[in-house]
Amino acid sequence: MIEFGPGVAEAIRKHGEGAYPEECCGLLLGRVVGERRRVETVIPMLNARTENRERRFLITPDSYREAERLASARDFELIGFYHSHPDHPARPSEYDLEHALPWHSYVVLGVREGKAGDCTSWVLAADRGRFEPESLLVS
Amino acid sequence: MAIRVQIPTALRAFAGGQASVEVDGRTVGEVLARLTERHSELRRHLYDEHGKLRSFVNVYVNDEDSRYLQREDTPLGERDVVSIVPSIAGGKGWCDR
Repeated sequence: MIEFGPGVAEAIRKHGEGAYPEECCGLLLGRVVGERRRVETVIPMLNARTENRERRFLITPDSYREAERLASARDFELIGFYHSHPDHPARPSEYDLEHALPWHSYVVLGVREGKAGDCTSWVLAADRGRFEPESLLVS
Repeated sequence: MAIRVQIPTALRAFAGGQASVEVDGRTVGEVLARLTERHSELRRHLYDEHGKLRSFVNVYVNDEDSRYLQREDTPLGERDVVSIVPSIAGGKGWCDR
């Protein structure tokens, strides 16, 4: 289960709407206790793609390293990532699956005609064959 | 020669829960081979079905991406640190790029 602390859902929705029609992306930082993941804050990231930004996003390895350092410095874990699907359902794509890491939560926000819609969370299955839906609680 | 390998958060569960491990090797390729021998579950996340490093898996030697050095042939010294660093990619649809 993943839980969004105060302001987290709003921050993701705002980022998704602001980036429309391009995809937005960012980091989910928080704490993990057993099976429960609580996101305390998000860090909007630059979509490093130089083309096809309306359907692709990229967080560079240098940014990933910095994210892990940042999380550690704030005594948080890098729980996962969020990104938007402009004018597309809030479900991970085949492309998402092909590029996914295990363990992390992947939050997908649907943005239709500039307005944020459904927000869902997913975790890669151990065999890399699919994403498993993850319960999302907004507090 | 024992080389320290830093493991990203996503893969620690497949490396005994450790943030870094030490394995022997004189090149990046040797170190990765030893690492995946010892922690075999890492293999499917690091390599594709053709045995090539996945596109989102980057291997750094200290602060240099090994793609800009000699890739898996990059030689290592005893003070070098190898880091596995993912890039995060995704997006809607099915297409390739």
